[in-house]
Amino acid sequence: MIGYAVRRLIVAIPTLLIIIALAFFMMRIAPGGPFDQERSLPAQIEQNLRAAYHLDEPVWQQFGRYLGGLLRGDFGPSFKYRDFSVTELIAAGFPVSLQIGAAAILFAVLVGGGLGALAAVHQNRTPDHAAMAVATVGLALPNFVVAPLLTLCLGVYLDLLPVGGWGSPAQAVLPIATLALPQIATIARLARAGLVEVLRADYIRTARAKGLPGWRVLARHALYPAVVPVVSYLGPAIAAVITGSVVVETIFGIPGVGRYFVQGALNRDYTLVMGVVVLYAGLIIALNLVVDLVYGWLDPRVRYD
Amino acid sequence: MPHLPCHARLVAAVTVTVMLALPAAAEPVLRRGNDGEAESLDPHKVAGAWEDRIIGDLFEGLLADDPAARPIPGQASSWTVSDDGLVYTFTLRPDARWSDGRPVTAGDFVYAFRRLLAPATAAKYASLLFTIAGAEAFNSGTVTDPEAVAARARGPRTLEVRLAHPAPYFLDQLTHMTAYPVPRHVVDAHGDDWTKPGNIVTNGPYRLVDWQPQRAVTLTRNDAHYAAAEVAIATVVYLPIEDRTEALKRFRADEIDTYPQFPARQYRWLRANLPDETRVAPYLGIYYYPINIHRPPFDRREVRRALALAIDREIITERITGVGEVPATSFVPPGTLNYRPAFEPALGWPAERRLAKARRLLAAAGYGPETPLRFVLRYNTSENHRQVAIAIAAMWKQALGVEVELFNSEVTVHYNALQHQDFEVARAAWIADYNDAQNFLFLAESSSGKLNYPRYANPDYDRLMDQAALTQDPAARGELLHQAEAILMHDMPYIPIYYYVSRNLVSTRIKGWVDNIEDRHRSRWLSLE
Repeated sequence: MIGYAVRRLIVAIPTLLIIIALAFFMMRIAPGGPFDQERSLPAQIEQNLRAAYHLDEPVWQQFGRYLGGLLRGDFGPSFKYRDFSVTELIAAGFPVSLQIGAAAILFAVLVGGGLGALAAVHQNRTPDHAAMAVATVGLALPNFVVAPLLTLCLGVYLDLLPVGGWGSPAQAVLPIATLALPQIATIARLARAGLVEVLRADYIRTARAKGLPGWRVLARHALYPAVVPVVSYLGPAIAAVITGSVVVETIFGIPGVGRYFVQGALNRDYTLVMGVVVLYAGLIIALNLVVDLVYGWLDPRVRYD
Repeated sequence: MPHLPCHARLVAAVTVTVMLALPAAAEPVLRRGNDGEAESLDPHKVAGAWEDRIIGDLFEGLLADDPAARPIPGQASSWTVSDDGLVYTFTLRPDARWSDGRPVTAGDFVYAFRRLLAPATAAKYASLLFTIAGAEAFNSGTVTDPEAVAARARGPRTLEVRLAHPAPYFLDQLTHMTAYPVPRHVVDAHGDDWTKPGNIVTNGPYRLVDWQPQRAVTLTRNDAHYAAAEVAIATVVYLPIEDRTEALKRFRADEIDTYPQFPARQYRWLRANLPDETRVAPYLGIYYYPINIHRPPFDRREVRRALALAIDREIITERITGVGEVPATSFVPPGTLNYRPAFEPALGWPAERRLAKARRLLAAAGYGPETPLRFVLRYNTSENHRQVAIAIAAMWKQALGVEVELFNSEVTVHYNALQHQDFEVARAAWIADYNDAQNFLFLAESSSGKLNYPRYANPDYDRLMDQAALTQDPAARGELLHQAEAILMHDMPYIPIYYYVSRNLVSTRIKGWVDNIEDRHRSRWLSLE
């Protein structure tokens, strides 16, 4: 298993390099540059800026400079946020994204798993229909609809929770709920499907026939195998929740890295986008590896050769 | 604040939280929503209004803004101007101090001007101080000696500045952040990190406590400032909120006290429900359509004038933008200091006469219902720009039979295309940096290069602008600029659409807020009930 993990990590290096190269050159191909803003700059001043950021060098030389910096752990200066390096911005934003994403996933696993189990046990009866109706709604409503609705109702009308900002636990409630909602829906459906299938298996019937109580059959024999599809979904889901919270971050004014990705791309903040790309790529590679390793722990039939 | 250890970050976070949670505590806290995250707190490295708000609280130039954004003595208590209008001699106030207690000296200003203009600083707004003799040459690198910048310290409290040409707007320019001093002793000690919390030293009414990117910039009263006793609000927190609809919600939930750009689409609701908090005022900005005069048939004045005449501006401002924007019939907005805009009367004619004239002009150029004019109208992606473009295209189609193709692109691509003359007709805007007609009209000078999107070049226009630059008497100068604008409006390389308005949300708890044409509201003048 360790050998497998090491092999996977070695393969990750060229993967990461290809991603970096693709992202780097795609950013440069995109028309416009970091200094083409609503407020156009006089030619001389733009020249000064380009020189300060080495944009006057040939692209391959810039790429080499970037890779060199990366090897030293230096993501370079941000083109837009001139008082911060990309490393500093990510160091400030990533913990926030991580906290909010982790909380949302945890919440989604608990609630979604619970709903899914409830639905599976009561298959084709009222609790099942109710849980699946909730799940469908959660999946159908995009977060740019959910978030403003939540802030308007709970923040403005009822004045129960803060509308935005970051710092107090109360400010984290609505963003976490918004982020978790579609994940709850998906996890509930996956958990239900997995459990329904397992509950029909022969060994469950055997366990029941032996007179084990229902909860024990569920907890001891059915849950582990039923959870495998959920786990395989969790890898990409965690990556998506941590990285794909642009909408949530913008609406709730949360200082995470998700916004840097979109804003950076729109501003042609080359280094900031590259920094976030490297972060995301690394994250996705790592999470996929973790998920593959967890399979083996959950299901002894999985082999790593 | 990533360089601080974890516990410091935690303390700061708790501080911010506590401050946000206790709006009515003993020390008043002003929570100002800001429509963007500051790119930097270095006055030499930024260009945005959202940075100006913060930096204008932190620093102070030779002159400062009064509550109505008119220039008043700031770090300089007095000044004299030579008879030829070229040499300004400023006397600094004896109690001008940095927040660490050091005196602000004439040398600090000399250092700051040189730093702003040095090519290595790569200051986006360096061109604003090209008013100073030698500044342009030094910034462009043709002269490498910083001594060439004609600002000299004649003693610790006496600063002498020689201008490249008489410029009555120079004093107004000195209130702009590009002209603020920076603390040499701190910049030398910390380099690019000098603006970080803990390092930064300022000379304005406030000093920096904390800055967490995308989250909050926290300022507190600078007790070293000469007017500290009159500053009512002890703590100001700037919260970056780019989403305007969310900002409005946070305003309604009493999480912020001010916001500079309420969503235009909510204006009707705001006027009905928050009439006392909704503040709309004239603003020094123009929304216009430049025409690429180097592409036939737009090289013909009749075509450009026909397009300008066929736009019903009132429909745009009443039905589309709808926040009290004013239909524009000149390039320089009314309200500009010492100036009478050269309104183009034909743009204000009754519809029938206007459209008849437009049709005649276009027919003279050889276009009509059988031989329609076809071109592409570019705009940068935004709901407002899209609606305006659709309406104007429909007006052109209806009145002149013109076939317009709409093309939108994100802002960087759009302005890149404009600068490289890759457009036929396009959307653009200009917001003034100082209250003077020259700040609008210079755009159309042939020497303005890429800023002059259509590359309009008219020797008569240039000559009048040069003449105005050499004229001291405000009335005579205003008249020359007026004549220049009249030429511009006649040639119509820029079609004016509407003059901007500022649209602030201001809590009724705030006293001392004065609506003004530059939309600058320094926290030092405000108080909380």
